[in-house]
Amino acid sequence: MMTQIIEQIKNRRYRRRKRINRSKAGDIALFTILILFGFFSAFPLIMTVSNAFKPLDELFLFPPRLLPRNLTVENFRDLSELMSNSWIPFTRYFFNTILITTLGTAGHVLIASMAAYPLAKYKFPGRTILFTLVVYSLMFAPQVTATPNYIIITRLGLIDSHAAIILPAIASSLGLYLMKQFMEQIPDELIESAKIDGASEYRIFFQIVMPLVKPAWLTLIILLFQRLWVTDGGSFIFSEELKPVSYALRQIAAGTIERAGTIAAVSFIMMVVPVTFFILSQSKIVETFSHSGMK
Amino acid sequence: MQDNINMNLTKRQLLWKDVKKNKHNYVLMAPYMILFFTFTIIPVFMSLGISFTYFNLLETPRFIGLDNYTKLLLDDDIFIIALKNTLILAVVTGPVSYLLAFVFAWLINELKPRLRAFMTLIFYAPSISGNAFLIWLLIFSGDVHGYANAIMVRLGIIDNPVLWLNDPKYMLMVIIIVQLWLSLGVSFLAFIAGLQSVDRTLYEAGAIDGIRNRWQELWHITLPSMKPQLLFGAVMQITTSLAIAEVSMQLVGFPSVQYAGHTIVTHLIDFGSIRFDLGYASAIATLLFLIMMTANLLVRSILRRVGD
Repeated sequence: MMTQIIEQIKNRRYRRRKRINRSKAGDIALFTILILFGFFSAFPLIMTVSNAFKPLDELFLFPPRLLPRNLTVENFRDLSELMSNSWIPFTRYFFNTILITTLGTAGHVLIASMAAYPLAKYKFPGRTILFTLVVYSLMFAPQVTATPNYIIITRLGLIDSHAAIILPAIASSLGLYLMKQFMEQIPDELIESAKIDGASEYRIFFQIVMPLVKPAWLTLIILLFQRLWVTDGGSFIFSEELKPVSYALRQIAAGTIERAGTIAAVSFIMMVVPVTFFILSQSKIVETFSHSGMK
Repeated sequence: MQDNINMNLTKRQLLWKDVKKNKHNYVLMAPYMILFFTFTIIPVFMSLGISFTYFNLLETPRFIGLDNYTKLLLDDDIFIIALKNTLILAVVTGPVSYLLAFVFAWLINELKPRLRAFMTLIFYAPSISGNAFLIWLLIFSGDVHGYANAIMVRLGIIDNPVLWLNDPKYMLMVIIIVQLWLSLGVSFLAFIAGLQSVDRTLYEAGAIDGIRNRWQELWHITLPSMKPQLLFGAVMQITTSLAIAEVSMQLVGFPSVQYAGHTIVTHLIDFGSIRFDLGYASAIATLLFLIMMTANLLVRSILRRVGD
């Protein structure tokens, strides 16, 4: 009897703790807002996916159908037909994008982590100024440096090569910033005890620190991935056989409304990869951001 | 005198010893820092230098003093339009997207984990969906088949379809809507993470201390505990909102009708990548750099003071 009462009190307290300061009216109002804006956010994406599988005559129906009635891969067939008309085999464009994205993200995770570790865990001459520069560089967009970068890349002889896209991207400052913040929470004792065991600094980094920051890897990967995956090479790559897939797809989609189905098919292909990656790694990515704060 | 030299020497020797002791740190940082300086830091100064020259990549740059700047600010009407558009876009999308990112993160935070993950995906997905924003071409299409037109004609709000993407009256509005749709990115994730790491016991203590509703709780407990994330988010949103270009170019065209969707960055692309007037492009880039840094440092110093 007594225990039952205690249990009840505990339960009540538990429930009340979860619901401190929450009125029902407020709940209803706020979640209506959430649902409305959630719909605003999701609607264009749902339309993109469903349009990719709609036949042309259903694309322009009003009210637009959220889901296609006659599911079809017509748009993808049109797309591959357009692609086979190009004089470069389409697989070549895909290969270029995959190469740029893989080398870029892998390189970024590696060199940004290597640089983040000393900044997070050691005090040495130049540390403050270097990190301050990184924080300041978050305050201007990459477009600011596009013109000088073009000159530098030309002078280095890298113009019209994949390196022209990869090298500037792998030194992205957002990735270094997030990695450094994340590494700060690794306990110093762990590093100290490894040192006492006689591990070299490099070994500590690769065998102890790197495995511990896997959640942050995923974050750096998604941030750079989304940037490189959609790159069209801009003015840095002009040989057709080196161009990424996004460039080729854009040429195809460059028509107007008549190509709406093909554009949807293209957009679907481009969005499905990063979104899937995010779904799979979401909890780790959010975990990384809890250390993103700035002073 | 002798003492002084000795002290200087020891100071320098100490520094050198310190550097040598930390050799491994410099080795680890070297690859990143070399690339970072080559493609981010040095270009800022190069841009400043080139902005005082006439340079077309073929001939050697010719020093022309402040000519690029005077031309930009006094003779280039299109730049003034671009500047105005950029500021309008930034002043609207910057604060609104910042607020939305926070409010949604705050609301989502009360949901059960699985639903929370789902809603996070819904709001974050647009920003990583590549060129999926092109669907807005269909939504704002100028004929009766465009979703926006179709709905409004049916509801009797308008009689004839509106040319959303070609009429200068509506272009900025369309860009703002699409940009807001895309804007729940990195800062949104930072807010979600920040809210989850607020110490729960603070809320209980607050309730005992007389906090009576969720608004007081938000103001007195949640916001102050999240200051670092709020600062980080502000930097991300300010930088993005001043660099709007891609959405404008893809939706309303480049150049857009009467330059109504022209921004500083599209002006920069015009001179840098199309006309190859690199001196002029660098002057634009340098001004943009100054605008971005000023906005960021200003907002940062204001936000830092909040709650102190």
